[in-house]
Amino acid sequence: MASSFARILSSKRKVGILSLVGAGSLTVGFFLNREQHVNAGAHVRRIYPASAEYPDLRKHNNCMASHLTPAVYAKLCDKTTPNGYTLDLAIQTGVDNPGHPFIKTVGMVAGDEESYEVFADIFNPVIKERHNGYDPCNMKHPTDLDSSKIRGGQFDEKYVLSSRVRTGRSIRGLSLPPACTRAERREVERVVIDALAGLKGDLAGKYYSLTLMTEQEQQQLIDDHFLFDKPVSPLLTCAGMARDWPDARGIWHNNEKTFLVWVNEEDHTRVISMEKGGNMKRVFERFCKGLQEVERLIQEKGWEFMWNERLGYILTCPSNLGTGLRAGVHVTLPRLSKDPRFPKILDNLRLQKRGTGGVDTAAVGNTFDISNLDRLGQSEVQLVQTVIDGVNYLIECEKKLERGQDIKIPAPISQFK
Amino acid sequence: MPFGNSHNTLKMKFSSEQEFPDLSKHNNHMAKVLTPALYEKLRSKQTPSGFTLDDVIQTGVDNPGHPFIMTVGCVAGDEETYEVFKELLDPVIQDRHGGYKPTDKHKTDLNPSNLKGGDDLDANYVLSSRVRTGRSVRGFCLPPHCSRGERRAVEKLSVEALGALTGDLKGKYYALKNMTEAEQQQLIDDHFLFDKPVSPLLLASGMARDWPDARGIWHNDNKTFLVWVNEEDHLRVISMQKGGNMKEVFNRFCTGLTKIEELFKNKGHAFMWNEHLGYVLTCPSNLGTGLRAGVHVKLPNLSKYRQFEEILKRLRLQKRGTGGVDTAAVGGVFDISNADRLGFSEVELVQMVVDGVKLLVEMEKRLEKGQAIEDLMPAQK
Repeated sequence: MASSFARILSSKRKVGILSLVGAGSLTVGFFLNREQHVNAGAHVRRIYPASAEYPDLRKHNNCMASHLTPAVYAKLCDKTTPNGYTLDLAIQTGVDNPGHPFIKTVGMVAGDEESYEVFADIFNPVIKERHNGYDPCNMKHPTDLDSSKIRGGQFDEKYVLSSRVRTGRSIRGLSLPPACTRAERREVERVVIDALAGLKGDLAGKYYSLTLMTEQEQQQLIDDHFLFDKPVSPLLTCAGMARDWPDARGIWHNNEKTFLVWVNEEDHTRVISMEKGGNMKRVFERFCKGLQEVERLIQEKGWEFMWNERLGYILTCPSNLGTGLRAGVHVTLPRLSKDPRFPKILDNLRLQKRGTGGVDTAAVGNTFDISNLDRLGQSEVQLVQTVIDGVNYLIECEKKLERGQDIKIPAPISQFK
Repeated sequence: MPFGNSHNTLKMKFSSEQEFPDLSKHNNHMAKVLTPALYEKLRSKQTPSGFTLDDVIQTGVDNPGHPFIMTVGCVAGDEETYEVFKELLDPVIQDRHGGYKPTDKHKTDLNPSNLKGGDDLDANYVLSSRVRTGRSVRGFCLPPHCSRGERRAVEKLSVEALGALTGDLKGKYYALKNMTEAEQQQLIDDHFLFDKPVSPLLLASGMARDWPDARGIWHNDNKTFLVWVNEEDHLRVISMQKGGNMKEVFNRFCTGLTKIEELFKNKGHAFMWNEHLGYVLTCPSNLGTGLRAGVHVKLPNLSKYRQFEEILKRLRLQKRGTGGVDTAAVGGVFDISNADRLGFSEVELVQMVVDGVKLLVEMEKRLEKGQAIEDLMPAQK
């Protein structure tokens, strides 16, 4: 079993090593080597010309539809990644889900690491639009998981009820959820739970496979708000991520229930650190420590995470590239939330609000989920610092309003540092 | 998924054991037949258009089934699927279609004059009569696998063919994506409009991709002959009217189908058909005639009779609610139709419905009057 994966990995490793060579002058050489490597896929066999296959995107409002011109489609529609992933597969979710007039979804996914290279002519403009101007062609993404650099990070618990940081990680050499075969998905599971089993101390924990879990375990996970279910959103199901459910899916968490890993949901792994209260610094410390430990453990076995200096950590959805990080708090802001300047304040602080049920939910009471807007172009440390500084500012505003004092809209903070 | 077949080459790098789906909790025809050995034998194969074993079975893997209803769990992506994967599909077909063997021949009979009676079902009980089937255009991939270009070509061809129908069959096409609000409302009021499938059985097979591109509804001006384009099959053809004149419904059905087939042939296209499987459709359950002939009939007393299910079984009929498959009966009104699709001709199946419904109505009338019906119990057909 291991030998077939080792063979695949060795070809991926060459790609990985090239991508870690960072100097600017080598960039051209890097891309040339990339091109030679990623054109290795077989051509798509077509009966109809590209113009007959081009999707009807006239009623669509997503990033893919904004940038997939007939010319770009024609250029890319015959290509495949070495694993056989095609443009039609990448855009299917965006074709099937025209979008919402007010919310602009991404509209495409990656089936493997090479998708971002082979289909760069469509991914790059989509990434630039989604990530507020980050240009993958000439910018580099900084990765920084040194939590000692964080200043402050202990919020006033009169306002902040809980703190959480999440991200995702993909295992290099294995296809991503939209495209993976059952064997690949099972291998992701095996590699990840093998590594997680090596965690010790406050990170020691246990894996619960979705196929094998008992009724009791299931109920406990529901009560802890840990259990994830088969995706129902057509954005995800149309991309093929829910195939073979619940095979090779599961949840791992540490005994203290402060560090949690989802296996084979929308990404190979989703990693979450969280606690009640306002100690974001400690949440982030555990986050970094856990991630670095897991990385070390998989490297011992010859595996690594998908990463490159152009796009940072590679995940299924382009919206999660870079850090894939969302650091947030549940915070009560009864007065500030009613102030008409609230949206502008959030905007300038580069924060977003959601209801406490997560994306697309409404706030309950006066409690909001406040988190970072950006994912790509800034490091983990920078983004968490932004959340810490921003939430502190919001709390200060709330306190001022409590005292009958006026508040100020802060100057907009710069986006790419 | 269409044309991305190089992914099957990737799969061959892993052993069959590593790829074999977990079917331990499954209850569908595919899961009953697909052993690890069979999976190993078939997984390297593909049809000329690139449809693979995993494409065939994905819907059955994703939908374990219901403890009481046995779903099929596999679909065809093109005509050749039934040949290339016959070692899986023949036993599935045999199980689903009452023992139909790989060597059996299916008879097609669309001559409506061979139907005896059927014009006199009591309209006090039989509220409406309907016959439906499907047709696939040879040379094009089926809905789970077709590309947008192919699907549009099927639509274009179908619209041209239907556009040449005349007389009481003359009608109009309404493309789903171009429909006006007014047209849409009318089609809903007529109970003609079909919507994007929501059943996970269909979605998991890939049939709903690119919705509503190249999907539409055609119907004649009289609203008695209707064709769905690119829903679960290339074409679904429906003849229907209020009342109990099944003979007229079947006449129009046969005439319409025969004319449509001729019009396609004039354009150089045939329907998918062979003498073993009859008409070839996406789901193995619709092979043969693909025909469901049924009525909406009032049976408030008979439906409470203790042997109702047994009677239906012997008459080779099935009941559904008036909303169609998986709905409940409302007000004692049932949808009664033929249970079989393959191994009997169209005329034979409609004859079973006509004769069977006649008997059911007779039984209902007796029970209304408080009379016994044991002497009317039919033998197993």
